[in-house]
Amino acid sequence: MTASAEQAWSHPSPTLWRLRQTELALVTIVIAVVVGLIFDATLGAAASIVSVLVAITAGALSSWFVRNRFRAWRYQERHEDLIVGRGVMIRRLSVVPYGRMQFVEVTAGPMERLFKLSTVKLHTAAAASDARIPGLEPEESARLRDRLTELGESMAAGM
Amino acid sequence: MREDLDREGGWQRLHPLSPLTRIGRLAPVVVLSFVLTFAHANGQQGPLYYPIGVTVASVTFGLIHWMVTRWKIEGDTLRIETGLLRRDSKRLPLGRIQAVDIVRPLLARVLGVSELRIRLAGSGSSDGRLAYLSESTALELRQRLLQKPVPPAPQAVEAGDWRASVAVGSGDAAQPTIAADSIVAPGPEHVMASVPTGRLVGSFALSGVTLFLIGIALGLLVLAIVAPKTAAAVVGFLAVYLFSFVSGVWRRLSNEFRFEAVEAPEGVRVRRGLLQTVSETIPYGRIQAVRKIEPLLWRPLGWCRLEVDIAGAGRKGQRGEGSGVARKALLPVGSAQDAWHLVDRLMGATLPTMTPPPHRALKKAPLSYHFLSAGHDNDHAVCVTGRVRKVTTWVPLEKTQSIRKVQGAVQRRLGLATVHVDAAGRATRAEFRDRTEAEADQLVEELSDLSRAAREHRAKPPAERSPNIGAPIPAGWYADPSGRHEKRYWREDTWTEHVSDKGDTAVDVL
Repeated sequence: MTASAEQAWSHPSPTLWRLRQTELALVTIVIAVVVGLIFDATLGAAASIVSVLVAITAGALSSWFVRNRFRAWRYQERHEDLIVGRGVMIRRLSVVPYGRMQFVEVTAGPMERLFKLSTVKLHTAAAASDARIPGLEPEESARLRDRLTELGESMAAGM
Repeated sequence: MREDLDREGGWQRLHPLSPLTRIGRLAPVVVLSFVLTFAHANGQQGPLYYPIGVTVASVTFGLIHWMVTRWKIEGDTLRIETGLLRRDSKRLPLGRIQAVDIVRPLLARVLGVSELRIRLAGSGSSDGRLAYLSESTALELRQRLLQKPVPPAPQAVEAGDWRASVAVGSGDAAQPTIAADSIVAPGPEHVMASVPTGRLVGSFALSGVTLFLIGIALGLLVLAIVAPKTAAAVVGFLAVYLFSFVSGVWRRLSNEFRFEAVEAPEGVRVRRGLLQTVSETIPYGRIQAVRKIEPLLWRPLGWCRLEVDIAGAGRKGQRGEGSGVARKALLPVGSAQDAWHLVDRLMGATLPTMTPPPHRALKKAPLSYHFLSAGHDNDHAVCVTGRVRKVTTWVPLEKTQSIRKVQGAVQRRLGLATVHVDAAGRATRAEFRDRTEAEADQLVEELSDLSRAAREHRAKPPAERSPNIGAPIPAGWYADPSGRHEKRYWREDTWTEHVSDKGDTAVDVL
């Protein structure tokens, strides 16, 4: 393990942080508007302004949490297996041998497409295996997909 | 039908009685239509259009199916062709066969035919079914299908294997003295475990559901005394649930009746069934995980249940990840000794040194702490978990799909982490729960190294290294020669350090 452990961790693209920020901002704006309108209709303008401020503060605070979550994503391609780490509250680390790979899935949701990012997921026969790497630049995801497929084929171990 | 299975170009048909036997599948429908016709005619014998129609349709369909279905063995594949309108041609590569079951419904038993079900690794649609074949053809074909393509050469037990350390003293250990009648026919098949009907019924009586029912019955009794009318209404309401409960119990009873696990050359063969008999073969080295379950109520009696996960098609409709695994009962209810013996033969190992998590894990898991323990050797990860139900899981490292370390917020505060060893399937894993952080990190590295090594040496699954068949004395529990314990485990011409007293197992080096 000594040789491979020295290898540095890779991280998702910084654009993922921008994507998450945008998502968070959108959600915060929607909540603030809804809450503001409701309170404006029921309790008056003062309550409405307070509630909007609370919503925005909550958004700003969760931005810190989302930032930590973004930073927690990391992955490492070793000789025989892929390691993916994630999570702040619940920390997870998955080690998936290439030989166990059944297929590689590359997905990109609407928001991800907007930022030209995609998610690479490694599927094994176990439903619990959790090897997903979000927020990859197009070149990186293509490289990872090809490399994983190639390694998976050369080391295929079957059931 | 009598030709050699390998005859080149020889397509073979199913048994001519197949169309007739297929009526059995429709028996409930036929009976129901009879009842309905009868009820419709107000108790008089009404016209029999429906039942006769159903029967005729079923026979016609069966006949067509029989006419268009054919099969043959072609080199290393079994080919099955069927379908009149939509032609369905299957090729089942022998090397990918995970299990072969022989199923004989009641009618098939009467007519002397069997259905052969072939399970492949992969998706559900690739399953092969031959309904029905004559009994001798089915047995012959099963043997042919489960044969190893290349017969494994006998290999010496690896050095460093834990068994090597067991080598008893000078190696001239006395052979077990066995009374001639204590072994059931030391022929090609050696019965490893069987479930007496009494114990099977007892296991149902001692299930949580029974307690629940008794509770409800008591509640109803009280209600009947206090408010009889309400009680009657509640009984009517509960009758539906009672019916489904009874049918569930009946299904389990008829499925697991006369359960017998037998050691066969290709694997462990399980025979069971009351009306419909099933004979399943679980090949060595195809097992993804073994689970031993000891429910609370069974524990005083020392009973447990053994389940295995094998690769192959799951139920229909189950798609996506983890669908390719079937769970089978290896022993519906048995003693610790039986379970021990089966696990030993199937996995080639029983319990490595098990260690409990650190004492501070008690804070995180107060209820299950007393069970939690885990350990691994070079070939297996074994973990014990559970609060009320004690569950011991064996995962062969060779079959490991991924290894994960998960650390929740509470665990982090306590400096603990859980390591999961995932096997193929939906929720099949061994959990090294609440280990110290340092140990968890070490486990992740160690287990991934060991599982890689195990995959590279996969050519020789443990059980195949030492075929037990034909051995002068089959592996099993026999009277302890040292006299210190009731019984001692004998395997591969040596006594092991595993001993047993009154159903409990322990370790004591001879």
